[in-house]
Amino acid sequence: MLNRRHSRFFYLLMDTPESSPQPDRREFIKKAAAVAIGGSLVVAPITAGLFVFMDPLGRKSGNGASVLVATLSSLPENGEPRKFSVLATKVDAWNRTPNVPVGAVYLQRLKENTVRALNVVCPHAGCFVDYRPANSNYFCPCHNSSFALDGAILDPKSPSPRGLDELPVEIRNGNEVWVTFQNFRAGVPEKIPV
Amino acid sequence: MKPALDWLDNRTGYRRLVHETLYENVPGGARWRYVWGSTLAFCFVIQVITGTFLWLAYSPSSQTAWESVYFIQYEMAGGWFLRGLHHYTAHAMTVLLVVHLMQVVIDGAYKAPREFNFWSGIILLQLVLALSLTGYLLPWDQKGFWATRVATNIVAITPFIGPSLQQLIVGGSEYGHHTLTRFFALHAGIIPGAIILFIVGHIYLFRKHGLTPKLPRRRPDAAFWPDQVLRDAVACLAVLAVVLFLVFRYQGAPLGAPADPSEQFSAARPEWYFLFLFELLKYFPGGTEVWGAIVIPGILLLILAVMPFIGNWKLGHRFNLAYLWALLGGAALLTVLAIKADRGDPNYRLAVVTAERDAARVVELARSPEGIPPTGAVSLLRNDPLTQGPRIFARNCASCHRYDGHDGLGAQPKDKISAADLKGFASREWLKGLLDPEKVASLHYFGGTAFSDGKMVNYVKEDVASFGAEDQALLQQAIVALSAEAQLKSQRELDENEAAVIKLGTEALTGDRLGCMECHTFNDSGEDNAPGLTGYGSREWLVAFITNPEHERFYGEDNDRMPAFGEEKSLTRQEIGLVADWIRGEWYVAPAPVVAR
Repeated sequence: MLNRRHSRFFYLLMDTPESSPQPDRREFIKKAAAVAIGGSLVVAPITAGLFVFMDPLGRKSGNGASVLVATLSSLPENGEPRKFSVLATKVDAWNRTPNVPVGAVYLQRLKENTVRALNVVCPHAGCFVDYRPANSNYFCPCHNSSFALDGAILDPKSPSPRGLDELPVEIRNGNEVWVTFQNFRAGVPEKIPV
Repeated sequence: MKPALDWLDNRTGYRRLVHETLYENVPGGARWRYVWGSTLAFCFVIQVITGTFLWLAYSPSSQTAWESVYFIQYEMAGGWFLRGLHHYTAHAMTVLLVVHLMQVVIDGAYKAPREFNFWSGIILLQLVLALSLTGYLLPWDQKGFWATRVATNIVAITPFIGPSLQQLIVGGSEYGHHTLTRFFALHAGIIPGAIILFIVGHIYLFRKHGLTPKLPRRRPDAAFWPDQVLRDAVACLAVLAVVLFLVFRYQGAPLGAPADPSEQFSAARPEWYFLFLFELLKYFPGGTEVWGAIVIPGILLLILAVMPFIGNWKLGHRFNLAYLWALLGGAALLTVLAIKADRGDPNYRLAVVTAERDAARVVELARSPEGIPPTGAVSLLRNDPLTQGPRIFARNCASCHRYDGHDGLGAQPKDKISAADLKGFASREWLKGLLDPEKVASLHYFGGTAFSDGKMVNYVKEDVASFGAEDQALLQQAIVALSAEAQLKSQRELDENEAAVIKLGTEALTGDRLGCMECHTFNDSGEDNAPGLTGYGSREWLVAFITNPEHERFYGEDNDRMPAFGEEKSLTRQEIGLVADWIRGEWYVAPAPVVAR
């Protein structure tokens, strides 16, 4: 049955006005119906599959919440950055795990008890940047992008399209450093949250 | 027998199939240069067989992927061999693909009427590379995780559809369970399925147009069977021999530490055959990455695909040959540059050493009596004092303290040492140094602190220096007793065997002769003017000290610069426990060291 339908389908494709000078309308409708019904048979499973496959497009990241990362007194007064893990609730499909590392930030104490927070992820391709005390800069071990302490691109030929991503910081109760943790799309000059 | 075979042939027509398969004409007779396609088919068969068996033991989720691969590699009978065979055959396949492509181009086998055969080959090349790319992530180790982040971020810069495409491949905006389920479906189902379809098409077209003979023909035409089949079999055997050598040489396939997005991994590199692309990206300044990652590789591939048309021109074949050599030469040059840059980078080398150490350590922990918890192996390293202690120390303590002269991780901090070196803290050896008039004011102990001219230093430099033999003996007993308070793992046996000395030492410690109780407290005796010595160096004592050295039990108001890490909440209780355990040498020790694979 399947072969017969297939052979009709190919016959239809190959059929030309020359080979059948007087097309029979009934014959044509039969062929068209066979193709339409045969083709529509796969629509249901493919549509069902595509809906599930596309599901991630509609989901938003759980990031963007304000998280207590450190205390002001734990940051060196000389302005040297320190790396801190960001502990929050990690949602991984069906798992929800509270208080686990979801990323990391470099915190740097600035004047007048303000703090700068930089996401450790390189905006070029997503590697983890390294703070190099000897050079007082950040360096990406993957494609050699380097960044100043304020996150700005140091080398004009740097592969990174933008500086390190600065995150909003709030000092609460005089000593608590709260960071609004967020990841951003890599490889583009704009800071687009993911 | 013959009637049975006749019946079978009548029902299936197998004789014609076998005849067509074996008696394909080989123009000019069998030659070694025709073996490459067969070696590739052989490798694919190995991958299907080994992959199916790996599938039977693999579990794709972020809590079970690394764990199941670990189990295959280290626990299951012959698991390391199975993984090794799969891993190194993948490498062999990449090399053979390039050799096969070279043979096709050099022999002009891409020219009309074999265009479709050539194009199906180019698609097969990309599908096999896609298999490598997806397979790299499946063990869910640090190397695969970070390399895949880079690869999927590159996908995201594809014009217009990039971000959505990335989200579909990753299975969301974060890497996790659905990244693995998708990569696994691609690796074990969709891509192999496509490869089988294209191989069928490739072989069909190959048979339709016949083999492209290398001219001049040296011998008369012959059938595929048996001469060419024998050559193909020998070549496949040679490939297998090389793969087996690598499997035994490296005892299976590598497995790094479990993926951890919060743990720095500076040793992230793609598999060696993608290094040229990795290196290429370094030369494209920000904003132009799309050229290096997508446009230029795309154009180069397109030129390769139009070779059949270029080949029709007068000098077309020579151009194609030159192009292929330039392409391979360029890729080789970029690969060498990438390897050279890494070899000359001490930070990268250190990162590789750290990665290997973590990989070996997590296996030791997984094999410990506690085994892997349901939360996954990533928590083994996160809760391991030997792994985390030095990192916490380097970040928080090494700006003043040292551990055996370094920052705990082997590097030298920017700031000069200004507090004690804590290697062997509270051990007999360490206390002997502290109570040595020659050493107490050195940078190893109090030299860099506000106590460099304090009561303790003066006591050691003046009183202890003038001790006679009897007092010296008492002091040594007191050191043994004080050190026993720490209950160090490294001294446990010694402490048990010297209970009598400890008893005498305790009496000396609290007695008037040495004068310790004039400043310190011990159990119920003494003055509270210096850190208490009850339980000195024990886990409880050290955790309390790091939590708040300004507590009246310790330095009180006399505290030098040591932050109250616990009170200020700059370290969690767990982190303080980890660094205390590490300083005290309390961590799981495997009966036999594990060599990272």
